[in-house]
Amino acid sequence: MRLTFFLREAMRSMRRNAAPSFAALATVLVTMLVVGVFIPAVEVTNDAANTVRGRLIVDVYMKTTATAADEARVRQEIMRVPHVRSVQFESKQQAYAAQAKQDPAAYALLGTNPLPDTFHVVPDNASNILAIHAALTNGPGGAMIDPAVQNVSNKKDYTRKALELTSAVKWGGLAFAILLTIASMLLIANTIRLSLYARRREVEVMKLVGATDWFIRWPFVIEGVIVGAMGGLLAIVVLAVTKVALLDPLFSGWALVSQIRTISFPALIFILLAASAAVSALGSGLSLRRFLRV
Amino acid sequence: MASFEPRARSRPRSGGASQMAAARSPKRVVPAGAAPPVIEFRGVSKRYPSGDQGLDQATFAVNRGEFVFLVGATGSGKSTVIRLLIKEIEPTEGTIRVAGHDLEEITRRRVPFYRRNIGVVFQDFKLLPGRTVYDNVAYALQVTGGTRKEIRAKVPDILRLTGLSTKLHNYPDQLSGGEQQRVSIARAFVNHPPLLLADEPTGNVDPETSIDIMRLLYRINRTGTTVLVATHDQTMVDKMRRRVVELSRGRIVRDEAAGLYTRDESTREFARRMRSPAVRPPGVIVDPLEEPVLEEEA
Repeated sequence: MRLTFFLREAMRSMRRNAAPSFAALATVLVTMLVVGVFIPAVEVTNDAANTVRGRLIVDVYMKTTATAADEARVRQEIMRVPHVRSVQFESKQQAYAAQAKQDPAAYALLGTNPLPDTFHVVPDNASNILAIHAALTNGPGGAMIDPAVQNVSNKKDYTRKALELTSAVKWGGLAFAILLTIASMLLIANTIRLSLYARRREVEVMKLVGATDWFIRWPFVIEGVIVGAMGGLLAIVVLAVTKVALLDPLFSGWALVSQIRTISFPALIFILLAASAAVSALGSGLSLRRFLRV
Repeated sequence: MASFEPRARSRPRSGGASQMAAARSPKRVVPAGAAPPVIEFRGVSKRYPSGDQGLDQATFAVNRGEFVFLVGATGSGKSTVIRLLIKEIEPTEGTIRVAGHDLEEITRRRVPFYRRNIGVVFQDFKLLPGRTVYDNVAYALQVTGGTRKEIRAKVPDILRLTGLSTKLHNYPDQLSGGEQQRVSIARAFVNHPPLLLADEPTGNVDPETSIDIMRLLYRINRTGTTVLVATHDQTMVDKMRRRVVELSRGRIVRDEAAGLYTRDESTREFARRMRSPAVRPPGVIVDPLEEPVLEEEA
């Protein structure tokens, strides 16, 4: 009886206050559209940043005279350096084959193989790469970690720039996401407040007749859930249509971006729906507090 | 008066009927020490944050079944009394008891349950604009957890009593001022509260409609409900010949039971007398806490 009464009350007030309800619905719709586009967008950017960071490695070049025993020792030494996740060995023959494939004419001219044996050192985290580089070249007078090591790739500037740029992208995305969330919550809360403000006298009368706070509040909260869910649902429909009609054919014909991993669509739908209903229900429940003090 | 227990979630359903039965027996002066007065103000002062003195050491009591006018110029404290009684505001000083219960002891959470025992009628009607006449009255029952069956039984009844049977499905903005006031009276009385407060109930209606409104309040009073009416409609007060408490700048300056007080007048006789020219009755000044001396008509 209670629940059906509250439901009927919510439906009644939505009918009688069609304009403010529509405004709230439109606000939720627009906000959720923006959030729905933004979540995958941030993910793609993050993914790209991570890819760039994943490519950051330190190369350790052996002397051409290095023996197999030297190489085994150096590998052990590299593995002992903190923050090293893995070490890949590329022999001079492998390197020659790879390079010759890229530029056959030039390598045919060379005749001999000038390339050294190389260790590709992968850090556990891209931001530790400079520390690894320092550790590998920490011998006295700028000496290498091992006498058998000829050189350690010195891409400090490039690495630093790449690190700065990718972290800027990551933090920027996060800040933008927080700002957007706050903005959408304020927007929704404000719309709800306006529509409640128009009805504050009604709330006052209800209190004077002897209605308890929650008796007044429930229909408003239910209304918030309905309006929020409807707005979220509409946003999802728009997003789904856009995805199916626009993005899917675009990505399927474009190998470069076909591999980006974004949030799965069902998960996105669930997040948007839950968020829109929860935010508007909470918003109306909380905003009502001011008017309940009679 | 057990129904006034503020902890009670809702009033016993039989309350209205027994009150009506009690009202038919001739009214007698209640000896001191019997049932507590319905309303008791003891040295009540209210100073608003703005510095205005709403009420200044007001002391008076209203017994069960009385019909009392609260008169005075604008700003004299009439509305303050009403607002204090529905616990919309708190007194700065003094104690207010309603049916023996100190209002100070009613917590904020219990206020809605307390208010269900009081019917309130306002000058500006305070109807819910998005609801029909029927739903406005039904809301007062829904608030108390009234079942649909109960609502279907009670609402048409009260609307017939207030002469609104043909307006059930109209919205407040489709009604005249007098009709809206009758809806608000119907809403106030549908629970059959033991106490009915009216703040300038005739302030927004024409003289002829005022008589209808007063007649309705009189009729409610005759069912045993205590009625307190704040008004500045002097001719109405003179014609009604009921107890009058006059306020001036927050102080009680007059508390008298009018002469020619005819308790058992029928509502028709009442209406006829109301339409006749005013007869200024001789007033009797009484001690505010004493039961007013009622001069029964021989």
